[in-house]
Amino acid sequence: MSEKLLEIHDLEVIYKTGLETVYAVNKINLSLEKGKTLGLVGETGAGKTTTALAILALLPERTAHVKGEIIFDGQDLLQLKEYELREIRGEKISMIFQDPMSSLNPILTVGSQISEALTLHNDQNRSKEEIEARVEEVLEMVGIPAFRKKDYPHQFSGGMKQRVVIAIALACEPELLIADEPTTALDVTIQAQVLAMMNELRERLQTSMIMITHDLGIVAQTCDDVAVMYAGEIIEYGSAADIFTGDKHHPYTVGLFGSIPNLEVDSPRLSPIEGLMPDPTDLPKGCKFSPRCPQCMDICREVPPADYVNGGHRICCHLYNKEGTK
Amino acid sequence: MSALLETKDLKKYFKVSNGYLHAVDGVNIAIDEGKTLGVVGESGCGKSTLGRAVLRLHEPTGGEVYYKGQNIMTYDKVRMRELRREMQIIFQDPYSSINPRMSVQEIIAEPIIINKMFKTRAEVFDRVAELMDTVGLAERLSGAYPHELDGGRRQRIGVARALSLNPKFIVCDEPVSALDVSIQAQILNLLMDLQDEFGLTYMFITHDLSVVKHISTEIAVMYLGMCIERAPSKELFKDPKHPYTKALLSAIPIPNIEMRNKKIEVIKGEVTSPVNPKPGCRFAPRCPNATEACTAQTPEFREISPGHYCACPFAQ
Repeated sequence: MSEKLLEIHDLEVIYKTGLETVYAVNKINLSLEKGKTLGLVGETGAGKTTTALAILALLPERTAHVKGEIIFDGQDLLQLKEYELREIRGEKISMIFQDPMSSLNPILTVGSQISEALTLHNDQNRSKEEIEARVEEVLEMVGIPAFRKKDYPHQFSGGMKQRVVIAIALACEPELLIADEPTTALDVTIQAQVLAMMNELRERLQTSMIMITHDLGIVAQTCDDVAVMYAGEIIEYGSAADIFTGDKHHPYTVGLFGSIPNLEVDSPRLSPIEGLMPDPTDLPKGCKFSPRCPQCMDICREVPPADYVNGGHRICCHLYNKEGTK
Repeated sequence: MSALLETKDLKKYFKVSNGYLHAVDGVNIAIDEGKTLGVVGESGCGKSTLGRAVLRLHEPTGGEVYYKGQNIMTYDKVRMRELRREMQIIFQDPYSSINPRMSVQEIIAEPIIINKMFKTRAEVFDRVAELMDTVGLAERLSGAYPHELDGGRRQRIGVARALSLNPKFIVCDEPVSALDVSIQAQILNLLMDLQDEFGLTYMFITHDLSVVKHISTEIAVMYLGMCIERAPSKELFKDPKHPYTKALLSAIPIPNIEMRNKKIEVIKGEVTSPVNPKPGCRFAPRCPNATEACTAQTPEFREISPGHYCACPFAQ
């Protein structure tokens, strides 16, 4: 069963404003099989959220120029009209936004915010009572007592709000769930609860998921496939086993792992990546990582590297191309 | 070796509409000179309040704070101000803790000027340049304003500002939690270098357990205003005693796929309200091994093995 639910080909997002041009996502290729979870890892500004918003066509039309193909269930989302997209958003693809504190409407009860999606995508012709029943059901599903549907967002703690956001996203039982840093704003024990709940729901509902995060720990615990993003490009892509084990990695991935304090091994010093992410309005000519790369070669500064492919494992780096496929 | 900073039964209550919020409730900690005490806990457990209470930035409701053996609670304003030169704080959010209308140079120079460390402007700016060099800020940024800088550089300003008066003791209140991992590692390395160089003592407040293990010599775990476990860093991770600490440690997602099927002890429920807490163990409502005795009386914070303290009657 390796049916592709989502395929992204050469996706490119450029933000154009009067003053500058931001190259947010640069020709990325991704695919997601049904029932699988893809982890999208990277630091702030790597283009993770932009990719997610592009899938849902939620980017601002005037400034964001999107090119490429996003094939979902056989249709290219980028070719769809606004009203066709509305059919998909919230029903087939839904999104959990990063900040639970600001993604809920403060002046509506949480119940009415959950029922909104159900009312708008009412394919099963549910009556008002049935919708209310479903609202209570999803609230219970995410671990919130049903009577709290009459409460307002400010009456909930951060973890509870994030559960409400998840309840909204899952209300219509979407085929694809995009979770944009769903637990970043939460405490670890609450994060563990939310992740355990998401894992359980995903297994029960067979939802495919794109998990956007910067936490490699979360990726290791939840994802089947992993794409590491840097400066709008996918610099390494493979199964979780490819990324977390194996000896060939992109130098950025190595740096990312070196930056997190390891709980199992005692090391007096961290080995961070020096320098900063390049300015997306002025990206380096060759490899985007070359200015920070400890193994940078002359060719890296001039020529953008091609993918080194080893089975499902892709590394976008010159280091391996000499000995690799070419 | 005597402790540089010690608290005895430190309390900070905030008055709220329906009673008192027990933000810090009888905390005993001690930090030896040149060492780092990590304070961990989840949001709302009172760790930031504790950090501020030891500096008397929040006036404690009760208890004592000893600095170099002296009870600083008895100090008046003038002596306190003098003492603050030695005790500094680095704030959590590098985006809101520095004045957007001041240049980098002015921000770092401000404490130096206020405390009249130097007589001439030239000396002040020499010192600023020296500090910027210490924390790794390029000299060309001295005229820049905070909005021109990224989070990592802003946090470096915060570090430089805290260092400007040659302090002995710095409270680091989640100094890296707003930063990306690669930048976070840079700042952590910087803080550890500075500790080696100047013999600084840190109280390192964070919710990130992997960070705290990396930087601390000793760790205090807080839950709802109380310190429930305190132990040397390695020992705490190897052999946690309190059920909350165990749950907290097992909840960390480990970046290793072999650990994937590790069973996580997910603790149910959420932190209860710190307003007018009932007597008894604060963790009891969520604790898997709670008995009636736990809700009846507050468990004693006792030494289980040398240097390892825990507030759970079942721990051994």
